Amino acid sequence: MYRGANAHDGSHMAEIVSLAEAISRAVRDGDTVAMEGFTHLIPFAAGHEVIRQGRRDLTLIRMTPDLIYDQLIGAGCVRKLIFSWGGNPGVGSLHRFRDAVEHGWPRPLEIEEHSHAGMANRYVAGASGLPFAVLRGYAGTGLVEETDTIKPVTCPFTGEALMAVRALNPDVAIVHAQQADRHGNVQMWGITGVQKEAVLSSERAVVTVEEIVDSLAPRPGAIVLPAWTVSYVAHVPNGAHPSYAAGYTDRDNDYYVAWDAIARDRDTFGAWLAEHVLAGAAA
Amino acid sequence: MTGMTGMTGMTGYTADEMMTVAAARALKDGMTCFVGIGLPSAAANLARAAHAPNLVLIYESGTIGAKPDRLPLSIGDGILADTADAVISVPEIFNYWLQPGRIDVGFLGAAQIDRYGNINTTVIGGDYASPKVRLPGAGGAPEIAASCREVIVIVRQSRRTLVEKVDFVTSVGYGDGPGTRERLGLRGSGPKQIITDLGVLTPDPETCEFTMTAIFPGVTGETVRDRTGWEVRIAAEPETVDPPSAAELQALRGFQATR
Repeated sequence: MYRGANAHDGSHMAEIVSLAEAISRAVRDGDTVAMEGFTHLIPFAAGHEVIRQGRRDLTLIRMTPDLIYDQLIGAGCVRKLIFSWGGNPGVGSLHRFRDAVEHGWPRPLEIEEHSHAGMANRYVAGASGLPFAVLRGYAGTGLVEETDTIKPVTCPFTGEALMAVRALNPDVAIVHAQQADRHGNVQMWGITGVQKEAVLSSERAVVTVEEIVDSLAPRPGAIVLPAWTVSYVAHVPNGAHPSYAAGYTDRDNDYYVAWDAIARDRDTFGAWLAEHVLAGAAA
Repeated sequence: MTGMTGMTGMTGYTADEMMTVAAARALKDGMTCFVGIGLPSAAANLARAAHAPNLVLIYESGTIGAKPDRLPLSIGDGILADTADAVISVPEIFNYWLQPGRIDVGFLGAAQIDRYGNINTTVIGGDYASPKVRLPGAGGAPEIAASCREVIVIVRQSRRTLVEKVDFVTSVGYGDGPGTRERLGLRGSGPKQIITDLGVLTPDPETCEFTMTAIFPGVTGETVRDRTGWEVRIAAEPETVDPPSAAELQALRGFQATR
């Protein structure tokens, strides 16, 4: 059900706060959380803060779970995953995701699986205040049987058989962007994926940014999220690493390649988590 | 590139290089091509460098007309956005560009593909809820396979990858034979070639079953049968395929060296 985006604390303007404060105020145990960013602008620093704050029983939504959800799943934060492609792009498997699905470690993981087209349309429906979206998709695939948020629908005008997918309305959207101004207006550019729809479909939104500027200089093709659509803005330079922020940082492809060996083994992953995420609590 | 198979040996090129070159040759100049990551991306970029400078590369990250001078690791590397004619949102790439049938060819990989060209990238073994191997899943592939005017699949050939029947239908080829695509309302014409490291399979015009119609230099029919999970038919006179040219190899290796 659509509850109106960003109805946080009765206020309508973004608050600029620390990352720790943004996450602690926005994300609660049991929440449905969408951290979006399609290869580009993935909010890794915010994901790590969720791990550090020990959130549990989350339902996580992301088209491409990527390393960030491999890390959250391995850290035991996640009860359910809603997704459409769970691999390490160009490298191979997400081993923590696989371990959770194949062996229930560190806890069983419920999944709700879609295609990219379906997920994108679910966010569009959520942002539009509609209960479902319609698309040409899934026909003949095994996903129709396994996923109860995909249902056939008949066009009322032409009689054509199409597919409906249920809207997504997360409790919280978390995205990373290049810039915000001092009022909390946000601008992002380059590959902007499904972030606008994720923010507009969610009740609360956290945006981490590379830079806070006095005023946003309009950029061709950029997405601007007005301050009243955002709950919290946190200044987190390099907050997308090992993903990237066009104009600020480059994708760390070596990290993605190296992740394969780290994540393959539970103990190696545990040591990585302790050293690179949990030890960063004061940062 | 990871996982290169085969030895250069006497031929001066690997089986993987032959496969990538053959896949690149299937893409004609001026086509619009929806590119999957990995082997399809390497072949599509080789085509653009070697013989198809006006090939329009479209990635699901929303980059239309990308012109990378090195192979991207992911479908969303910065080089794709920086060199694209247009960068658009993900809902837009699927709804406005792929869904209406604007794109000529979808170029996909597969973990398993069956005799009717159905693709599995979801689970292997066990059942869906508790699989033996959990694969990444669908990504853009189901709708690419449904909506592009035609589909080309590139996959290394083995009994594990070319199977009698896929464990899970992630993306539909010809279903269980003639008429399935029409019945399902899929508007693209389906997979036209499966390009492997041994040769090329194409669908029989009557049965839709994939048949080995081209075999690469030095590959025997026995090898083809050994590395196919069904009783594969081999054309009476399989097409011969030119080995990679020096220029093709140079372009391909140049890409790989810069990644």
